[in-house]
Amino acid sequence: MANLFTGADILFKVLEDQGVEYIFGYPGGAVLPIYDELKNHKKIKHILVRHEQGAGHAAEGYARSSGKPGVLLVTSGPGATNAVTALTDAYMDSVPLVCITGQVPTHLIGTDAFQECDTTGITRPCTKHNWLVKDIKKLSSVLHQAFRVATTGRPGPVLVDIPKDIQFQKGKYTKLKEFKNSNNITNIKFNGMDKDIDKTIELIKKSSRPILYTGGGVINSGPRGTELLRELVSLTKFPITSTLQGLGAFPGSDQQFLGMLGMHGTYEANNAMHDCDLMINIGARFDDRITGKIDEFSPKSKKIHIDIDPSSINKNVKVDIALVGDVKFVLEKIILAIKKKNQNFENFNKKNIAAWWKQIENWRKKNSLGFKKSQSIIKPQFAVQRLYELTKAQDVFITTEVGQHQMWAAQHYKFDKPNRWMTSGGLGTMGYGLPAAIGVQVANPGKLVIDIAGEASVLMTMQEMSTAVQYNLPIKIFILNNQYMGMVRQWQELLHEKNYSESYTEALPDFVKLAEAYGCVGIRAEKPEELDKKIAQMLSINKPVIFDCVVDKMENCYPMIPSGKAHNQMLLGDKDEEEISEEGKVLV
Amino acid sequence: MVKSAYSFLTKKEKIENHIIVVWVDNESGALARVIGLFSGRGYNIDSLTVAEVDRKKNISRITIATSGTPHVLQQIKLQLGKLVPVHKVADFPKNKKTILREMALLKVVSSKTNLKKAKKICKKYKYTILDKTEKSFILEISALKKEIDELVKKLQPLGLASTSRTGVLAMTKGSEIYKQN
Repeated sequence: MANLFTGADILFKVLEDQGVEYIFGYPGGAVLPIYDELKNHKKIKHILVRHEQGAGHAAEGYARSSGKPGVLLVTSGPGATNAVTALTDAYMDSVPLVCITGQVPTHLIGTDAFQECDTTGITRPCTKHNWLVKDIKKLSSVLHQAFRVATTGRPGPVLVDIPKDIQFQKGKYTKLKEFKNSNNITNIKFNGMDKDIDKTIELIKKSSRPILYTGGGVINSGPRGTELLRELVSLTKFPITSTLQGLGAFPGSDQQFLGMLGMHGTYEANNAMHDCDLMINIGARFDDRITGKIDEFSPKSKKIHIDIDPSSINKNVKVDIALVGDVKFVLEKIILAIKKKNQNFENFNKKNIAAWWKQIENWRKKNSLGFKKSQSIIKPQFAVQRLYELTKAQDVFITTEVGQHQMWAAQHYKFDKPNRWMTSGGLGTMGYGLPAAIGVQVANPGKLVIDIAGEASVLMTMQEMSTAVQYNLPIKIFILNNQYMGMVRQWQELLHEKNYSESYTEALPDFVKLAEAYGCVGIRAEKPEELDKKIAQMLSINKPVIFDCVVDKMENCYPMIPSGKAHNQMLLGDKDEEEISEEGKVLV
Repeated sequence: MVKSAYSFLTKKEKIENHIIVVWVDNESGALARVIGLFSGRGYNIDSLTVAEVDRKKNISRITIATSGTPHVLQQIKLQLGKLVPVHKVADFPKNKKTILREMALLKVVSSKTNLKKAKKICKKYKYTILDKTEKSFILEISALKKEIDELVKKLQPLGLASTSRTGVLAMTKGSEIYKQN
C-alpha cells in the first residue's frame, strides 16, 4: 500500500504539477482538510481574501495579467455562492479560472446539511464545465482535466466540488497525462480550408475601405497572437480598431489605431466600421455594445470572422467567411499567404486605400474624445489623461470598476502592450477592479498597478484593501469620485428626463480616513492645479494608496451611440442631446 | 413608452421543426447541462427522450424535438457541441429520410359498449393490448406523434383514463450512420 495520499494532498500535487504558484481563497468548514495540508506545500502561496468574490476577481486579475490560469479555493455553501459573480464574470470575458470548492461529506449531500448548497447545479451555467468528485480514484484525473478545460479552446472558468470526506480519503495520485478527449473543440488550432484563406486574401486585395476589428481573442491567443496582429497591420496598412477587451493587443499610440469602437468608441472608429467595405473581425464577438442597431450594422461590408469558438460565428452578425481557430494560427496562415503570392503588396495596398485613410483623417479631426477643460474643477477625463501622462514611462497595469470611469479609462489611457488592461466587459461587474488589482500585483511584483475606479463600484469590494495591506501589495486605487453612479445618472439624464432615481449616494465614507483605517495611505485631490503633484505623491508611496479624486459631478461620457442607433448616429456631446429620438430613448 | 430595452426584434424568420440528436457521456449532470442550455438560452424543447445506448462506452443518446428559426437551430447545435460531455450532435431532418417514432400507453376505463367502440377505433393503428379487465384495457401504440394525438383525441370521449407518452425517437434511413463531425 505504498504511495497513497489524502484527497487534500492530491489536490496540492495537481496544483504543483500544473505549475500553480498562488491560490486565492478563504477557509471554512468544508475545506479544512485542504487548509490543513497547505503547510506541507511551500511552493504554493495562499492569498487570504476578505470575501470569496474578491478571491474570484483576484484570480481573474492574476490570470489576465500573467496568461496563466487563476486558482481560487473556497468553502461550501456561502463560499461557493459568493464566488458565483466572479465565475460568471470570467465566463463572459473568457478568463481561465479553476475554482475549488469544499462540499459537505458525500453521505450528507441532499440532506440540507449545514453550509450545503447544490454548487455544481448553481455554477453549471456560469462555468465551461464543473465536477462533483465523489470517488477519490477520480480526483487527480478530474483536477488535471479541469486545468485543461479552463485553458484550452476559448478559455473560461471551471469548478471542482470536493466533499470533505473525499479530502480525507486516501488514494493514488496519477500524473498529468493525455486523457481521452471527448470534445474536439477544446483543442482547436485551425480547422478551416485553405480556400477560405485564399478568399480572405482576395477580399483583402480588392478592398478599398477595409478595417480590422480586434478583440480579447487576440490577447488570449498569447504573445504570438499579438505579434502577428502587429505584423498584419503593418503589412496591410489597414486601419485597426479594438473592443474594450482587446485594448493593448495593438499599440494605442500608433497612427493606424483608431481607438476603441462601440457605444463609447471614437467617431473615426465607429464611422469606419459603418462605411467599410471589408471588416475583419479578429477574436471579437459582435457584442451588442459594439454593433449598436444590428440591422444597420456596417451595411456595405463583406465580413470575415476569426474566432476559436464556432458558436460565435453568425451568432449576432452574419459573416461571409468564418475562420474558426486560434488567432495566432489563422493570422500566421493569412500573413504567409499574403507574402507568398503577393510581392510588393504593401505599396499596392497603400495606394488602394489612400482615399479611405483621407476620409478617416477627416473623421479624426472631430476630436470626439475632446471635452471642455476647467480651471476650477477636475474633469474626470483630464484626471485620466494626467494619470496616463505621469505613468506612461513605466510598465503599468490598469484595472477598472464598471461605469463612466471605465469608459474614460478605455478612451484616454493608451495601452501599448497586451495583458496590461483588466476590466469587466461582458458581465459589467462593479467591484471587479480592486480585487483584480490585487491579483495583478501578485502576478507582477514590483510593477505599477492602478485601479481606475468609481466611488460607487469600489465600495462593493472595498474590504479587499485589507488583503492588499496584509501582503504588502502596493496597488493604487484611483477613484474618480462624483458621488453618483455616473453611468446610471448619465442614462437617466439622457433617457429618463433627468429623473435621478437613487443614483446619488448621500453618504460616502471619507476615503482618506478609510485608507488610514485599513493601514494604507489616503490622498485627496480637489483642484486641477494640485492633481499632478498629488499623483506624483501617490506614485512615490510604496504602499497601497486610495486616491480620492473629486471630479465634476455632472460630466457625461461621450461620444456615445445611444442603443438602437447605428454607428454613424453618434452623440458627440451635450449639444447633441436633443437629437435623441423618442425611439432611441427606448433602448438601453 | 418603454424606456429601457436592449433592442427590438425587427426581422421575423420562419420557425422550423427539427430533431436534434446528442450523444453524451452517461454521467451525472449531463442531461441537466443539455436542458440548462436550452432553458438558459431560451430555446424550445417540444419533447425529449434519453437513455443509455452503449453500456461499454457509457454513452447516452438524447433525442430532442425542437423548433426555432434556422439561425437559432444553428446556435443550438454549436452550443451543444461545446459541452464537455457531448460527443456529437446531429440534426435529423423531418422528412422521408428520417424514421420518427413515439410510443404511448393508453388506459381506457369504461362500459362494455364503450370499450368495444374504443377497440374498433384502434383497429386503424398498430397496437398491442397489454392488460385487460371487464372495465378496462391498456394498449401500447408506437406511431408518429400526430397519429397518437389523433387516437388520444378519439379515445377521450370513450373513457381514456390515463395517458403516458414518450418523446420522439429518430433514426436516419439506409445503411449510413451519423459520423462524428
